[in-house]
Amino acid sequence: MSAPASDDAAAAAGGRAPRLAGLRAVVADPMGALGLVMVVVVIAAALLADLSPHNPVAMLPRERFADPGLVHWLGTDHLGRDLFTRVLHGARIALLVALSATAISLAGGLVLGMAAGYGPRWLDSALLLVFDALRSFPTVMLALALVTLTGPSLKAVVAVVVIATLPGYGRVVRAQTMVLRHAEFVLAARALGAPAPRVLALDVMPNLIGPLLILVSMDIPVVITIEAGMSFLGLGVRPPTPSWGTILNDGYAFIRESPWPAIAGGLPIVAATLGFTFLGETLRDRFDPRLRREG
Amino acid sequence: MLAYALRRGGLAVVIVAVALVILIAMIQFIPGDPAAVLLGPLASPEMREAFRARMGLDQPAVVQILRFFFRVLGGDLGTDVLTNRPVLDTVLEQLPFTLTLIFASIGWSAALGIPLGCLAAVRRGSAADRLVGVLSVAAIALPSFVVAIWGLLLFAVTLDWFPTIGAGEPGQPLDRLHHLVLPSLAVGLGWVGYLARMVRATMLEVLSENHIRTARAFGLTEGTITFRYALKIAIVPTVVLLGIGVGHMISGAVFAEIVFARPGIGRLIFDALATRNYPTVMGAVMVTTVFYVVSTLAADLVAAALDPRVRAGL
Repeated sequence: MSAPASDDAAAAAGGRAPRLAGLRAVVADPMGALGLVMVVVVIAAALLADLSPHNPVAMLPRERFADPGLVHWLGTDHLGRDLFTRVLHGARIALLVALSATAISLAGGLVLGMAAGYGPRWLDSALLLVFDALRSFPTVMLALALVTLTGPSLKAVVAVVVIATLPGYGRVVRAQTMVLRHAEFVLAARALGAPAPRVLALDVMPNLIGPLLILVSMDIPVVITIEAGMSFLGLGVRPPTPSWGTILNDGYAFIRESPWPAIAGGLPIVAATLGFTFLGETLRDRFDPRLRREG
Repeated sequence: MLAYALRRGGLAVVIVAVALVILIAMIQFIPGDPAAVLLGPLASPEMREAFRARMGLDQPAVVQILRFFFRVLGGDLGTDVLTNRPVLDTVLEQLPFTLTLIFASIGWSAALGIPLGCLAAVRRGSAADRLVGVLSVAAIALPSFVVAIWGLLLFAVTLDWFPTIGAGEPGQPLDRLHHLVLPSLAVGLGWVGYLARMVRATMLEVLSENHIRTARAFGLTEGTITFRYALKIAIVPTVVLLGIGVGHMISGAVFAEIVFARPGIGRLIFDALATRNYPTVMGAVMVTTVFYVVSTLAADLVAAALDPRVRAGL
């Protein structure tokens, strides 16, 4: 255990070399290494999707329900579309939603959490109540209620993700801000007459980023699950756009004709959720075991 | 204890009220006209106007919130647009199916997860402990709808061990149970992981305490120490987690009900969505939200009754 401990110390010091040490620490753990490989594969799939010789939405009725082979690596679906190519393009949707929704949620959680932790007590109580109320909707119910009103779209997916994950970020930011507001460097800044927004942006926020990034890596599988789940229910991405959820839905509809669409739709969801979870867990255990108790 | 129960109960009521306000605010502030979405593009402006008047959507937001609030307090969740039946009746008709699924899932995941957590804690650092650790994380990360569809593909379509659709014939318990296996597998699998991790963590804490050392010094067997003494204490946080689990499993149940074409709340909302039956969706969402808040409230109260330190926390 002595080697990782020194890595932690190096990582805490900041800078370029420690980041490599952090990467080494993650790879040294079999679970972390497996997670990293899976995450890299998913990102590569999204980046390299255009290299596939097939068109993800081109229908070839004569080749419908083909088994996996040299031409169609994962077989074809009920319209003869190449499943492997659709999975690659689905990775783009999954990561696009994960990145954009998490960024919005993170920004909102930072602002509201710091306001709750640093602002007056009534504001803190009010925001906490809103966070708790938002968390009291089961996510799927929220998605169903929202889509009833807006109709299915990628925007609705992003909105559901933001509502589902923002309270979590907000609560962690609030708790950390409450500790930091009494730290000496914050008191010093305030004594020098720095206004609250400046104190929050320059003194408090940089100290929140570390724990938040670990939370984000733990939340990405949740976000990917929400996108795939909503698209599976027909509440998210609309056909023919390839999303892992819509591929799975096609597979479900034709499950008696061919097992391959159902397998092809599930595989990338499993790879992405397991990959990001393994990676996130390893990062958390290495760098911030305290987070284990929250959440 | 009573003071804590009153404060915690009061908080639950406030949370439900705020959730209700958020739900109505969503209707108000979402860009676009719900009447247009609900009636479809072919509806005439007069039809939309009539619909808005019928649903009370033409009133100011505050009026809508208060009206809806007092109606809900009186047990009136509105009227189903298609069948003209009270939404509450429809919801209560479907609720037992969902509750059966949720409690079956809780039951089997606790029966498997708690012993696995004990095993991992007692054999800390062993290969078994590491295996339970990795499998728990994997079970938690796997989305329930993928488990449901792969379970359906493998055990129902390919092997033909279990039925693919429905909840079974009424009055035939074995048939009902047969239909319950695959859906509860999908809903409960993640909770095996949660419970195993939770029990392992609390067991490790308890096993290092003085009274366990004393028990060992008296020469009690490891089995007696683990199950008679340590587990009794370590089970408290798990009870709380189970309470939260009952609420969380609603999400998993929605997918299981849709994949296996089972009756239930999830299926009800999903079908209501397809027919744009908006009062039923809102009423059923409200009922599940109340259910969720009540189940976490119950869990917190049980925890407070078992452990005085919790009471001081609020």
